[in-house]
Amino acid sequence: MKRRAYLDFLFIFPCVFAFLMVIIVPFGIGIYYSLTDWNGVNPVINFVGFKNFTGMFREPQFVYSFLATLGYTAINVVLVNVVSFILSLLVTGELRLRNLYRAGFFVPNLIGGIVLGYIWQFVFNNVLVNMGATLGIGFLQKSLIADKNTVIWAMSLVNTWQYAGYIMMIYVAAIQSIPASVLEAASVDGANYFVRIRRILMPMVANAFTITLFLTLTNSFKQYDLNFALTNGGPAMRFMGKAIRASELLAMDIYKTANAANRMAEAQAKAVVFFIVLVVFSVTQVYINKRKEVEA
Amino acid sequence: MSTAELRDGEVRFREKRRPGLIVGEILVMLLFVIFMLPFALVVINSAKTAKEIVLSAVSLPESWSQIFVNIRAIFTDPTVDYTSAFVDSFVITVISLAVIVFFSAMCAWVLVRNKSRWSTFVFLAFVSAMVIPFQVVMFPLVRWFKILGDAIGLPLLATYHGIVFAYLGFGCSMSVFILHGFIKGVPLELEEAATIDGCSQARTFFEIVLPLLRPAFVTVLILNGIWIWNDYLLPLLILGSAGEVQTIPLAVTAFAGAYVKKWDLILTSALLAMIPIIVLFLFAQRYIIKGMVEGAIK
Repeated sequence: MKRRAYLDFLFIFPCVFAFLMVIIVPFGIGIYYSLTDWNGVNPVINFVGFKNFTGMFREPQFVYSFLATLGYTAINVVLVNVVSFILSLLVTGELRLRNLYRAGFFVPNLIGGIVLGYIWQFVFNNVLVNMGATLGIGFLQKSLIADKNTVIWAMSLVNTWQYAGYIMMIYVAAIQSIPASVLEAASVDGANYFVRIRRILMPMVANAFTITLFLTLTNSFKQYDLNFALTNGGPAMRFMGKAIRASELLAMDIYKTANAANRMAEAQAKAVVFFIVLVVFSVTQVYINKRKEVEA
Repeated sequence: MSTAELRDGEVRFREKRRPGLIVGEILVMLLFVIFMLPFALVVINSAKTAKEIVLSAVSLPESWSQIFVNIRAIFTDPTVDYTSAFVDSFVITVISLAVIVFFSAMCAWVLVRNKSRWSTFVFLAFVSAMVIPFQVVMFPLVRWFKILGDAIGLPLLATYHGIVFAYLGFGCSMSVFILHGFIKGVPLELEEAATIDGCSQARTFFEIVLPLLRPAFVTVLILNGIWIWNDYLLPLLILGSAGEVQTIPLAVTAFAGAYVKKWDLILTSALLAMIPIIVLFLFAQRYIIKGMVEGAIK
């Protein structure tokens, strides 16, 4: 077929133009601004070198948010994947209502973090606290999101509830691509349920693990909406001798640095660090998983 | 063996079937109830007055008709215009989806069919940009949109076209990627036959290629639709929290901010925000699950 160059150009122009204007140009500007004293107000922007980058690591809130985000991500990667893998095994079994179960587990994932955050704020602050008081369960009598020791776990719990059904469906799709004869043959050979799962099913869905770990890792690391609506960073605590917010994850710290304090350039520098860490982590994870896939 | 043949994708719990199955059935039913509890709490508490909620958050409402009183209170609220937020969210989502699907298909088609060094380069640029988190571009984007809007004399901030344009920019890389993969599997012969019959390049695309892409459109529409409908940060930055144009997530936050701890109203507003998506899910469940899983696997 003869193609006309001007038509080809016309066809790709809208996407490429929007892509350049919305992602590439702001990305470039962002890298530059991270090296300046941009504050969003002053029209004169001066180059300051790496000052913003060295400064952030002396800031208690940032150091804490960084560590908290790593912890939160680690908890989620484990929790979401364990729960969703178990769910996927259950709903691929010979259950009567398995389609209803699949749909039910999947639903929370369709609703945005903002709406879910408020719903769970109500659950933690009212429902569970009331339940704790009525039934005399000690640890529930104080809201789990008002305690600096439990708040990250509480957020992980909500994240798992929200995300497990989605990850479950990815496992389900992978499990369904395993021929029934393979598992049948193993059980004829005398392999019990757990041996079949560990030795046959799990290696055969290894490529699904690459995807699900990647998704849970990047999603937890970038968490903002849920964090905002559920806790908005609270409660307060002390860290490195300063008062900080105990559930403020990195994405929220970036936003607050810019909006609450007008320190735009510093927020931008944090965002650049955020970006680099995210890329390093996700590339490492995919690399390790891919190697495991080959072994399996 | 006494049990029926297993179909592909089924994992049998035990050879003797019954005991393992019953444990599994009870476990999954329990988990299902736990997963659904938060939704049940939203529904029962949306039908209560603030006082009733304080008395007990888990009891059933005294009178279900209170739910209509609460809904009325939300739609007639003077501080947050919920009705227009619904309309705006709907308009923004639908138009953004149309724009993303249409332009991404055009772009992906040319990138597949025109094999050259630059098309490979453009495609790789789209793919690699998917790792860029929103946080790195969000503040420069707002400033850049301000500059751009001033330069062309058409404001991009706080406008419908501005946010639709932003959604095209953020949505097109993944959409082009998915459609690119799909178009590679569409036989070239169809297009060649059309050309021989005298079809122009543009007509070939619109009349032959576009209809063939329908299955991939489902994936693209669902992935982008759920993201755009629920998105919070981009509307917050582009539209502002007090602008003319507001989306549902912005309205819910404004509501929760204005009426701290008035859970009767906050939960009713959450319920209203969930209903459209849950209704859609009930009707298009198969497509939604398939679309989201396929989008992730690719």
